Parts: sequence; C-alpha cells; structure tokens
Amino acid sequence: MQSLEITNLNVNIDGQPILKDFSLNIPKGEIHALMGPNGTGKSTLAKVIAGHEDYEVTSGEILLNGESILGKEPDEISLAGLFLAFQYPLEIPGVSIANFIRAAKQARLPENESINAVEYYKELYDKMDALKIDRKFTARSLNEGFSGGEKKRCEVLQMSMLEPDYCIMDETDSGLDIDALKIVADGVNLMRSPERGFLIITHYQRLLDYIIPDVVHVMYDGKIVHSGDAELAKELESKGYDWVKDSFVSSLAQ
Amino acid sequence: MSESIINEQEEAIKVDYEKGNFSFPEDYTYDAGTGLNEETVAYISKVKNEAEWVKEFRLKALEIFNKKPMPTHWASKDLENIVFDNIRYYLSKGQKPSRTWDEVPDDVKETFERLGIPEQERKFLAGVEAQFDSEAAYSRMKEDLEKEGVIFVGSTEGLEKYPEIFRPYFGKVIPSADNKFSALNSAVFSGGSFIYVPKGVKLKQPLQAYFRINAENFGQFERTLIIADEGSEITYMEGCTAPKFETATLHSAVVELVALKNAKIQYITVQNWSNNVFNLVTKRAHAEENAEVKWIDCNIGSRLTMKYPGVVLKGRKARGEVLSIALANDGQHQDTGAKMIHLADETSSNIISKSISIGKGRSTYRGQVHMPKHLKNCKNNTECDALLINTNSRTDTYPAITTRGEGNTVQHEASVSKVSAEQIFYMMQRGLSEGEAMSLAVNGFVNDLLKAFPMEYSVELKRLIDMEMEGSVG
Ligand SMILES: Nc1ncnc2c1ncn2[C@@H]1O[C@H](COP(=O)(O)OP(=O)(O)OP(=O)(O)O)[C@@H](O)[C@H]1O
Ligand SMILES: [Mg+2]
Repeated sequence: MQSLEITNLNVNIDGQPILKDFSLNIPKGEIHALMGPNGTGKSTLAKVIAGHEDYEVTSGEILLNGESILGKEPDEISLAGLFLAFQYPLEIPGVSIANFIRAAKQARLPENESINAVEYYKELYDKMDALKIDRKFTARSLNEGFSGGEKKRCEVLQMSMLEPDYCIMDETDSGLDIDALKIVADGVNLMRSPERGFLIITHYQRLLDYIIPDVVHVMYDGKIVHSGDAELAKELESKGYDWVKDSFVSSLAQ
Repeated sequence: MSESIINEQEEAIKVDYEKGNFSFPEDYTYDAGTGLNEETVAYISKVKNEAEWVKEFRLKALEIFNKKPMPTHWASKDLENIVFDNIRYYLSKGQKPSRTWDEVPDDVKETFERLGIPEQERKFLAGVEAQFDSEAAYSRMKEDLEKEGVIFVGSTEGLEKYPEIFRPYFGKVIPSADNKFSALNSAVFSGGSFIYVPKGVKLKQPLQAYFRINAENFGQFERTLIIADEGSEITYMEGCTAPKFETATLHSAVVELVALKNAKIQYITVQNWSNNVFNLVTKRAHAEENAEVKWIDCNIGSRLTMKYPGVVLKGRKARGEVLSIALANDGQHQDTGAKMIHLADETSSNIISKSISIGKGRSTYRGQVHMPKHLKNCKNNTECDALLINTNSRTDTYPAITTRGEGNTVQHEASVSKVSAEQIFYMMQRGLSEGEAMSLAVNGFVNDLLKAFPMEYSVELKRLIDMEMEGSVG
C-alpha cells in the first residue's frame, strides 16, 4: 500500500483526549487539505505522525507504505520518507542552513558515501532561487532571527531538498505575504507527483486557490467530521465552523 | 574553502576518540615507586643527572607542597579523593628522546602511530615532541629552524644544556608556591617542552607536543617553558590522552610562557583525557610591551579539570586572550576559567569561555580580571556562555573583576542556554539521529569560537565533540 494511512487513532495529552478515533488515508499522488478550528488537534496529529514522544497514543495505527511507524524514532520516520513542515519552526543557533540541510541529506546516504559538495550547492542554490530566498541565507543560522515568512519558506526549502514521499505542511501559509504564498504554492506544485502525497493543514482557503487539493477534510474536536472536494473549502470559508458544528457534529451525535 | 582540503585535513588528524583507549604492558627501566617523599625527588633528580640547583629547587618545592593545604575551601571536594601515596611519580625506559621514529621502542612507536602523530608531523608541523609517561620518546624539529637558532627540547635537556637561556625564567612566571599543584609539579616535574625562539624569528608552522599516559596510577608532571624573544612568533599545540584505567590518574603540568617585546605566542591545547584523570594544570604567561599571548584551551574529558590560563600584562600595549571550550559529560567536572592581570597602561585582554554540560556533567567558570586604578586606557572583554543539555546539568559562573580605573573599560557578558527537546525533535525530524542532533547543536554553540582556531584543530575538535555526543546518548 503506497499511502499514509491513519486508522482509529486515539491520542491523549496529560490524560486529556485530543485525537479521538481519528482516521485518514492519503495515497501517494494525492493532496489532502485539513481544516479545522484552533485547538482541534491538527498539529498534534502532525507531531504524532512524525514520532514526537510527548503524546500518549492509546490506540490506533499509523502505516507508512503499509509499515507501522508508531513508536519509531523521529529520525527513522523521517528516513522512511515523511517530512513535517512545522507550524512553529525551531531556531538552531550557530548551525547554518547549508550545513543543516547537508547533514540531513548526508543522513540519507550509505555510511561510506559522502555528498558531492559542488552538486549539493548547485541544487541548493537552484531551489533557493525558485523560492526567492536570498543566497546569503545559506550562511545564516537556521531560523534564528528569521521573520515568520522566512521561516516558512525555509521549511519548504528543506522539504524540496529532502524529497520526501509524504509531506505534512502545518500552516505553512500562515505568516506569508501574498507574493510569498504564490511562491510557496509554486514550490509545492512543482513537487506534486504521482510518487508523493501531501497533507496540507491550513486555516485559509486562499492557499487552496493555488494548490488545488484532491480532498478537503474538516476536523472538529479531534476527528474528521466531513470530507469533500476543493469546493468544500470555499463553503467552509463562507459558512464558518458553526455550520460545521450544526450540520455535521450534532448529526454525528444523534 | 575547498572541500578536498577539509577532507584531507580531516584525514590528517584522525585521532579517534576510542583510539586513545589502549595501553601496552609496562616495561620500565626507571620507576620511582609509589608515594612521594624526599627520596622520590632525589631519585628523579639522580636519574636525570641534574645540576645541584635543580635538585634544590625540587626539594624546596616538595616542602611547599607538603605544607600547603588542598584548596578545597573554594574548589571541588573531589580533590580529597586523590591519594598522593598511591601515585607513581616517575616511570621511564631510561633513554634520550630519539630523533627518528625508527629508533623509538616498538610499543611506544605504535602508540603514537595509533594516535596519528607521525602523520600529522609530516603534514603540517614544524616539530614534534612525543612524551610517553615521564619522558619524551621522540623529539624532532625541522632543520632550518635549528639553523635559525630555535631551541625545542625537553625540560631536562633545556636546563642542562641551555641554563643561561632558561634558568632566568624557570619558575618565575609560576613560582612553586603559587598553588599546591604547581608545588607538586616543581618537585617531581619531568618531560614537557622547553622552547626558545630567537629575536625576530617567526615560525610559520606550529610546534606540537603530545602527552600520553600509559601506566595505571601514574602521575604525569610535564613542565613547559616557552620564551619568545623580541619580535618573534610561535604557535605551540599540545594534545593529551590516556587509556581508561580503573583507578585515578593524575596529570599536573606547569606551563610558563614569556613573550618579550613585540613577540606573539599562541598556545593551543586539546585534551581528551579519559574519565578518571584528575587534570590540575597551572598555565600562565608574561607579556611584555606590545606582546601578544593567546591561550586556546579545549577541555574534553577527565574526571576533574582545574585550569585557569592567565596572562600577566606587564608591558604597555600588551594583549592577552583566553579562548576556551569545556565539555563536561556525565561524571565530569570542568572547572576552568581565565586570569588577566593588567600591570601597564593600554593593555587589553579578551576572555571567551564556552562550556557545555551534558547529563550530570558540571562546568564552572572562574575568571579573574585585575586592573588597578592607576592604569590608563586598559580594556577587558569577558564573555562566558554555557550550554546545558538536559536538566541535570549544572553550571556556575564566578567572575571576579577587581577595580577599574578611569578610562579603563571592563565588559562582562554571560549567558546560559539550553538545547530543548523540541529543538532535538525538529532536527531528528529531518533525519538526524539524536546524537547527531546534539552535536550539531553543540557545534553551533561553539562555532563562532572555532573560527578563531587553526583549521587543523577546529576539525579535530569537531570530531571529538561528535564522538562525545554520540557516546552520551543512551
Ligand atoms: N504539549 C502540550 N501540553 C498540553 N496541551 C497541549 C500540548 N500540545 C497541544 N496541547 C493542547 O491540545 C489541543 C490541540 O492542540 P493542537 O496544537 O494540536 O491544535 P491545532 O489544531 O493545531 O490548533 P491551531 O489551529 O491553533 O494550530 C489544544 O487544546 C492544545 O492546547
Ligand atoms: Mg496547529
């Protein structure tokens, strides 16, 4: 199965249930958008998939291409092909972008092979140019002192350099100006391929004007309550979460 | 900088962390036995065939050592665990240092080959001295330097052959009575480097000494004295290792530097002692008019390190600098710092100290900047940054800055930062192992300082940090 498949996932934080029987299947080649109100558990989902150890997974399954990744270390999951663009990227003082991405690429090579520096820098500069990131940024410490938008672009740069099978983008559009939004969307569209699946977490349907999703999911109180095509995002934007609550959540409760 | 150069240099200095952890069976001709008294000192002096004044110097120092209390009122109580009676103070095979590696006894030669010393010598050094327990087994300097009058010998040879050069400074920068361990060293010193660089001679490549402890329960007490005559320049590097023995080992060196007018000395240490070495070293320099002394000090490993390199700025416009990195892993205590004694106008000093504490590791910074009021236009800058990796780590800072006159400036900055679990998670999400993520964070922390180091050493240091971080992940 070439997909990222989450089945009946239950996750607690400090004994408090956050994800409740959450299920979602993203086959390679598809782009899924996930929308939902603040605090509903979208980032929690992203981090649990990426192997963050602070969350208690009480039941359920996460399969990456048919193999369970639950309980694996974050680096194993990364090397298995999953990339998470963080909602709040961390600052790593003293570590340059170029060295960081290089170390991450090196981790994907067999032990006795090392990166060809010339090819590496060519690829890095090409991809930075495409994302309109100033080449001077290669020497800057990763995310340190970056503006919100610069951090997000740097996440997309890392994503395109590491060429993962599955990309989870947690509110990558938040904090981007209109031009940057288009640039990032172009970057994602370039990566779009039958060999790659995307989960795009967002609050704004605007991004989905540029990246047309195959499926849109609406999450509410720890699970997906409604799914549809790209039109659903527009409907959600005009009707708001009360509409979701009234039409889907209460009907589920009945 | 080209990639191939970096790789080549990385290869040139491949001193593997675990590579230090081996030892050869003991085979010594001279052994002062266990414990310390006047006879031990007399034995050492006799084996070395020393002049009477040197023997007197030793015996006097022994007296001072016996009288001085342990500095446990301010320093770690762990010092009390040193049992001086269980230590062996002198071990050697009784031969003069060889000038070629072929003449070095096989086991000793193999030791240094495994540590990569002959290779480094070929690639980038002007001279090497390799000390095995008490005495140098190998010592050699490029011939052209010999012709220029550079002297690079062991302490015994230095005092015997060139007393007119070394005696005036020997024990003057650091008197025997400076502290208990300088007294101990003065009583039983052996090995180390005595260097004289004549007026105006500028060494383009570094001289290096490598100190190796091979025997258990052994105390290594090398003594180094470097005199840079007017307008000369020298870079000296020292490296140290010992195998991991069951019992404690003592390393207590005294290093004296004298930079005469307009001279420059750069002294670089990379120590990678195993976990049971008490490393108690006194290092101090005199800088005359417009002279410059720079201590670059990297302390990785050991059970307890106490070391505060200092510069006495005696002449107008003299400059002193201490750049240090200390890494304290579980069960280690790095108690390090710097001393800057300003004694003339327009002198300046700079201290940058970075410490990393991991697990139960502990780092302490002790600084002393002395700037009497009557001086004019003196400057000191002190920065000490600590990085903590995991909550058990501990770090303390004790800066002491005494009087600042008008027109003098003293600047002090300190910071403590942590590598958070979220930062590690972020890096691991990109495919780095936990160890790689931590060493990247540590390298990032020391990065700006590493740039001030000579290339060969910053590369080795990075490797050592990587090994240490890999090892610290359970
Ligand atoms: N480490 C934590 N400790 C305590 N509570 C947490 C922790 N992480 C998340 N939570 C809580 O879990 C719930 C879900 O948080 P999460 O960040 O997943 O929401 P989200 O859907 O991503 O929201 P947003 O749209 O604002 O980004 C929130 O109520 C949040 O406060
Ligand atoms: Mg979120």
